[in-house]
Amino acid sequence: MTPRKKRRLMILAVAALALFSATALVLTAFEDNIVFFYSPTDLTKKTIAPDRRLRVGGLVEEGSVKRTPDNKAVQFRVTDLDHTVPVVYGGLLPDLFREGQGVVAEGKFINGVFQASEVLAKHDEKYMPREVADALKKSGQWAGEGGKTSAKPAGGQAAPEAKK
Amino acid sequence: MQNFANPGRFLRLAEALIPWFAWATAILIAVGLYLGLVASPADYQQGESVRIMYVHVPSAWMGLFAYTSMAVASGVALVWKHPLADLAAKATAPVGAAFTFLCLFSGSLWGKPMWGTWWVWDARLTSMLILLFLYLGYMALVDAFDDPTRGAKAAAILALVGWVNVPIIKFSVDWWNTLHQPASVSRAGMPTVDKAMLIPLLLMVVGFTTYYVTVLLLRIKSEILASRIRNLRLMQVHGSGE
Repeated sequence: MTPRKKRRLMILAVAALALFSATALVLTAFEDNIVFFYSPTDLTKKTIAPDRRLRVGGLVEEGSVKRTPDNKAVQFRVTDLDHTVPVVYGGLLPDLFREGQGVVAEGKFINGVFQASEVLAKHDEKYMPREVADALKKSGQWAGEGGKTSAKPAGGQAAPEAKK
Repeated sequence: MQNFANPGRFLRLAEALIPWFAWATAILIAVGLYLGLVASPADYQQGESVRIMYVHVPSAWMGLFAYTSMAVASGVALVWKHPLADLAAKATAPVGAAFTFLCLFSGSLWGKPMWGTWWVWDARLTSMLILLFLYLGYMALVDAFDDPTRGAKAAAILALVGWVNVPIIKFSVDWWNTLHQPASVSRAGMPTVDKAMLIPLLLMVVGFTTYYVTVLLLRIKSEILASRIRNLRLMQVHGSGE
């Protein structure tokens, strides 16, 4: 390698190192703005301004889904298996919405209840035919979303230990 | 490696390879699409919508792979000044942009029935959109100068700087809370995709890769021929080329 080529390679390497360090610092600094939603545990650690819009994500707690007394909305609790957040939502729920399913709700807190204006379904990274899923559930090896044996929520996303 | 930097030798090699890659592409995609869209089972929770995966996942991977090869070619072009490396980077950009667009488009079609939305600004989707803009910016920049070597140099620097986005896309689903689920195949441990779905998926990935190689060889070949024609014209204008 000629000295000029070696010098150009060195410049490239140093520039790359600087660029990667700068990006890592920026991403760490803006982490709070990059996350798409907060888990219920995140919310216990934060002070939220009363009118602030935000997103809450986690699993729909088993047995928590019911109609509100006036029958105009659905209420349920979002859990990360450590903490829960009560949610009320009056719109159309996505097809994948069910108890034990991952969801992300957008809205704001009113008197400690999360008033959602949009609810999105979040599914995990597992893909399998129905027969395989049934067989796993039967043999008790089911560890997926909605499973009673589930140690942590969808893909570890909402779990506090998965946070960097 | 130096030997292939000779355009004449590269042309002969490309001409011999193109039919092989083209046939491999046709067979792999035909078999992959049949297995994926017809023969493979529906998903236990997503039903038939899961079949979008067989196009979405390979195009996402190729978007990242093409960008990485564009960055490597740009680095080689900057340090070693091989003319073929510039041509390879320039020829890659539109192909990678097409894969990235296909990934975003199919992902949007998939997001509506499953998540309940065409688009969200989560880290994975946003960083993938930035990748598309990087490709488009590269394509605009490389032709923005009267002197093609200056354009190639500026675009090469953009390609290298933009590569910082590739690991961000890959690990966005692990570093931050996103609506997009974490990786199913390229993860630590076994893939979380059932074998009946994984086989058509991998066939499609290999098919997309051979397609990329085919198109790339064709595009580099036509770039070399175009520059030869340009040189011949210049020689005509300036009298004899001696």
